[in-house]
Amino acid sequence: MRITTTVNGTEHEVDDVWAGESLLYVLRERMGLPGSKNACEQGECGSCTVYLDGEPVCACLVAAGQAIGREVTTVEGLATEGELHPVQEAFVEAGAVQCGFCTPGLLVAAHDLLERVPDPSDLEIREALAGNLCRCTGYEKILDAVRLAAARQARP
Amino acid sequence: MDFLQPTSWADALAVRAERSDAVPIAGGTDVMVDLNFDRRRPGALLDLGRVPELREWTVEDGTGGVGATGGVGGSTVRLGAGVPYSRIIDDLGARLPGLAMAARTVGSPQIRIRGTVGGNLGSASPAGDAHPPLLAAGAVVEVESAARGVRRIPAAEFFTGVKRNALEPDELIAAVLVPEAVGPQQFCKVGTRNAMVIAVSAFACALHPDRRAVGTGIGSAAPTPRRAPEAEEFLAGELESAGLWESRGDLPDGLARAFGERVAAAASPIDDVRGSAAYRRHSLAVMARRSVTWAWAEYQQDLRKAA
Repeated sequence: MRITTTVNGTEHEVDDVWAGESLLYVLRERMGLPGSKNACEQGECGSCTVYLDGEPVCACLVAAGQAIGREVTTVEGLATEGELHPVQEAFVEAGAVQCGFCTPGLLVAAHDLLERVPDPSDLEIREALAGNLCRCTGYEKILDAVRLAAARQARP
Repeated sequence: MDFLQPTSWADALAVRAERSDAVPIAGGTDVMVDLNFDRRRPGALLDLGRVPELREWTVEDGTGGVGATGGVGGSTVRLGAGVPYSRIIDDLGARLPGLAMAARTVGSPQIRIRGTVGGNLGSASPAGDAHPPLLAAGAVVEVESAARGVRRIPAAEFFTGVKRNALEPDELIAAVLVPEAVGPQQFCKVGTRNAMVIAVSAFACALHPDRRAVGTGIGSAAPTPRRAPEAEEFLAGELESAGLWESRGDLPDGLARAFGERVAAAASPIDDVRGSAAYRRHSLAVMARRSVTWAWAEYQQDLRKAA
């Protein structure tokens, strides 16, 4: 099966995709975009979170064919011209990255939250990140990072 | 494996009829897990994500016609099988409060954006979050085949066994018809945390003051989602005989507890990795007592919706 999908603004076309493949597999193994991480493969951990037509989804639960003709944005698409996105900067500065495996998914989820809710409450942050697991940080530094990014967004 | 991607409902039904080896996929939150873990290798995936008819909801008035705005009472929401939980939360909190409450407890934001009630019904897990509120509201599942047309199956008859439903091999789920709430509805779910939880047990109740009835739905505590008919009749009868539907007076001492005990008695739970049968039964009694107490408090406050 041929999959043609716009990923991070560029049209990608890959052939010989098996019908049962996930979007995550296609991104990582066929398009050379390993930023989205493969962990639970059941939508539990959020480390594969990407935008699909502007909405954050678990790429492991999207069948490759369901992404045909759609727009996908991965963590690789958040930085522009070599500059980290302010959400990424905040994660680095706040110490929200330890082993880093959950970070790509959390960045996309946090990015989506701040696009929708520029000044989120702690409850809103927790709810928005509820589908992303981190086993290192204990989440406090991640919450700090999102608060920092929100504050900077308000006062650039 | 083939990937079949119809772009209209008629085409989807035609494909379904031709390919009995195809597994329908909507949001993928169940089907992709089975594929990723090698539990299922169907001959084809039938992607319903490009069938626009499935992604709409409309309000039907009591005569079966479709109105742009349904008045309270007698209206039914025709919820397309492919409407994701996130839209149920955004659009239908007032019309279908029980289902919207359950939708808010589904998985995570990522899962709610993809997962659908049609998918939940197709999987027919006893733990499906949508099922208890659909049972409590008296919803009807609309299924269709190219050969025999539309069939409407009450939710209470739709679940036929563990992860089994009343669908024939050539049928697809088109929509679920949910009466608009005319009284308070509640949903409770027990799990180990708030997000990403498969229910250990769940309970939904609905007060139907227009017909002096009570609706219930039990989740994760029997081979299928099921109602608790004796508890429904008991509570409705007690409310009737004490004149409480009109007076909206306080519930008599012990009534909510007695209702909870009858709900628990209607379950037939098992011990499994998520919880014990004893805990499930106990938690059902607690959830039923609490949820009917909350629903009644809301009924007492909401004088606008006169019975």
